[in-house]
Amino acid sequence: MPIEAGHSETSPVSIHDLTVAYHRKPVLWDVDLDIPEGKLVAVVGPNGAGKSTLIKAILDIVPRASGEVLLYGKPFKKQRKLVAYVPQRESVDWDFPIDALGVVLMGRYSTIGWCKPTGKKDKLLAMDALERVGMSEYAHRQINQLSGGQQQRVFLARALAQDSTIYFMDEPFASVDAATERAIIQVLSDLREKGKTVVVVHHDLQTVPEYFDHVIMLNMRVVAHGPVEDVFTNDNLKKTYGGRLTLLSEAADRLAKNKVLG
Amino acid sequence: MIANHSISDVRVDFPSLDQIVKVLLLEDYNTRVVVLGVMALGVASGIIGTFLLLRKRALTADALSHATLPGIAVAFMVAVSFGGSGKSMVWLLLGAFVFGCIGVLCILAIRHTTRLKDDAAIGIVLSVLFGLGLCLLKIATELPGGSAAGLQGFIFGKAASMVASDARTMLFVAVGVLLVTGMLRKEFTLLCFDETFSTSQGWPVIKLDMVLMAMVAIVTVIALQSVGLVLAVAMLIIPAASARYWAKSIMSILFLSAIIGCLSGWLGATVSALIPRMPTGPIIVLLCGFWFVVSFVFGTNNGIVVTQIQRAKLNRRVGMQHILRAMWEVSEENASSTFRVDEIIRLRSWKKLAVLQLLARAEKRNYVTRLPNGDWMMTTGGSIEARRVVRNHRLWETYLIHFADIAPSHVDRDADTIEHVLGKDLVERLEHLLDSSYDLQSPHPVGERA
Repeated sequence: MPIEAGHSETSPVSIHDLTVAYHRKPVLWDVDLDIPEGKLVAVVGPNGAGKSTLIKAILDIVPRASGEVLLYGKPFKKQRKLVAYVPQRESVDWDFPIDALGVVLMGRYSTIGWCKPTGKKDKLLAMDALERVGMSEYAHRQINQLSGGQQQRVFLARALAQDSTIYFMDEPFASVDAATERAIIQVLSDLREKGKTVVVVHHDLQTVPEYFDHVIMLNMRVVAHGPVEDVFTNDNLKKTYGGRLTLLSEAADRLAKNKVLG
Repeated sequence: MIANHSISDVRVDFPSLDQIVKVLLLEDYNTRVVVLGVMALGVASGIIGTFLLLRKRALTADALSHATLPGIAVAFMVAVSFGGSGKSMVWLLLGAFVFGCIGVLCILAIRHTTRLKDDAAIGIVLSVLFGLGLCLLKIATELPGGSAAGLQGFIFGKAASMVASDARTMLFVAVGVLLVTGMLRKEFTLLCFDETFSTSQGWPVIKLDMVLMAMVAIVTVIALQSVGLVLAVAMLIIPAASARYWAKSIMSILFLSAIIGCLSGWLGATVSALIPRMPTGPIIVLLCGFWFVVSFVFGTNNGIVVTQIQRAKLNRRVGMQHILRAMWEVSEENASSTFRVDEIIRLRSWKKLAVLQLLARAEKRNYVTRLPNGDWMMTTGGSIEARRVVRNHRLWETYLIHFADIAPSHVDRDADTIEHVLGKDLVERLEHLLDSSYDLQSPHPVGERA
């Protein structure tokens, strides 16, 4: 597949003219950007701006209306092994009958492959991942007995157990305690040291300059993206959070309505 | 014997010891077929039902089983129109399986193309296809050439009509379910726990879902004969739901669920073999229900007895801490370790009887002694314990005022609910936070309460 002008084959995530729609209502318009390698990248924007959708579209979890996404120059299907994903904590039922170690082991499943049981080596890797988020003493605790922050750390450990190159995290900092926040920051800086690329949906604007190198400012379309010191400006923040663009959201509403009318 | 069976005949004939032994030893050929068949069914449904429950598809399975009825009627009519007897079990069950799958597909289609949610989609598909089935059944019974009388048996189940080949099918299905879930245990677990993550990992979520639901459909279809389509879903859900009250890991839930299903099947078939007129299917389902009640009352994992005992223990501890704190505060005021009961009562809005009971318990623990003049006195042990309780309370209050922005007039009540669950580690952290030189000074005037 030829690479379009302006996009590089060495970019871990290269997004071309991506549009995503739910029930035909567009939630992301024409996203077109390259994510640089080895950086911590924050995705910020107001509620409903399409932050989670961007990640889910990259990972083929939601269908794309148009456009394509290449990871190191190849489609996601061929690069799955390179990617680790931390979904939002609320996306699963924490009353599931499993312990913390069991959840982290799920990060090893695709490496283990079909029908084979988890081995000793996988357990060691999973324990190591739990250790890195400061949760090793909770390995055999049922997940419904963990606090919200601890559950978040278990999810993070599952992604670490995958030992990937590109990490996508959907709001890992959402309503966590101070210990968890510290653990996540530690993990992020470890990953950067190892040259991994990390894309994080982030809510807390104040900590963006402190935690991240790069920022994608999103409100149904990309308002700005680039190094934090260049693009994380008051002007861009106003553009991102100053309400939805009336014309864009009206057009989206109209598209959705057309579907109802047939 | 048969002549006695009528609707007005409601006697229950209790079996003799001879009969019981005969049934338990499976000496009778028919009993053997039914008992072994439903035991195998119990294992299969217990296992696949566990994943069904974890996937939150229990009601979908109910719609599936109701949707099998038109399949049975259609299969019968097709067979008759081709000159067959229409009673070939293979074709009937194949028809049931096909329509069961159609039912599930209808639910998926409604969910994806309309704004209706699962419950509505299930309600629509279940009732419409069951209604269709009843109509087709009526037409089938009036069809010349075939005798459709036995078809009614599929609705409520008719275990007595089972033959050896049916039991063999059930055993075969049970072994198949064991093999497939054994192989796909980790894949099914991931599917049930976190579908999104599973998709991102490249697992074929839709195909795995289809394998799971196909196995549910197969188990439902083989349950039709013995339990009937109205009650088939009970065999899938109840053993798994009961097992969750005893076990914490998926492996142990699978194991227990299979045991409960198997046991219910065996007992149900045995009871209905011993007592004529007791229908096998409903008896099995009732036994499943019995296990469920036992589990959710006595289960070690969130069963109500265990929960209540834990709550009662906590209440006793809270009550003891309350009385200790009250004693401390009164003696603080009096500057003496003796106090009268009415001084304690004045401090809180509690009843005299409750205070006396608490004091009696405190006396048993040697926290207080009763003086000859009717007053009470804190012992040394009591005042050490009371000091600890009061200190925790005030540490917590101070923390709330300084760090949680809670008004001093409200803080007593808030502190009250949480301090009783403060562990040693939390107290240490509080001390660290508030400087360990903390001197037991109350952050608000004691006795003046909102």
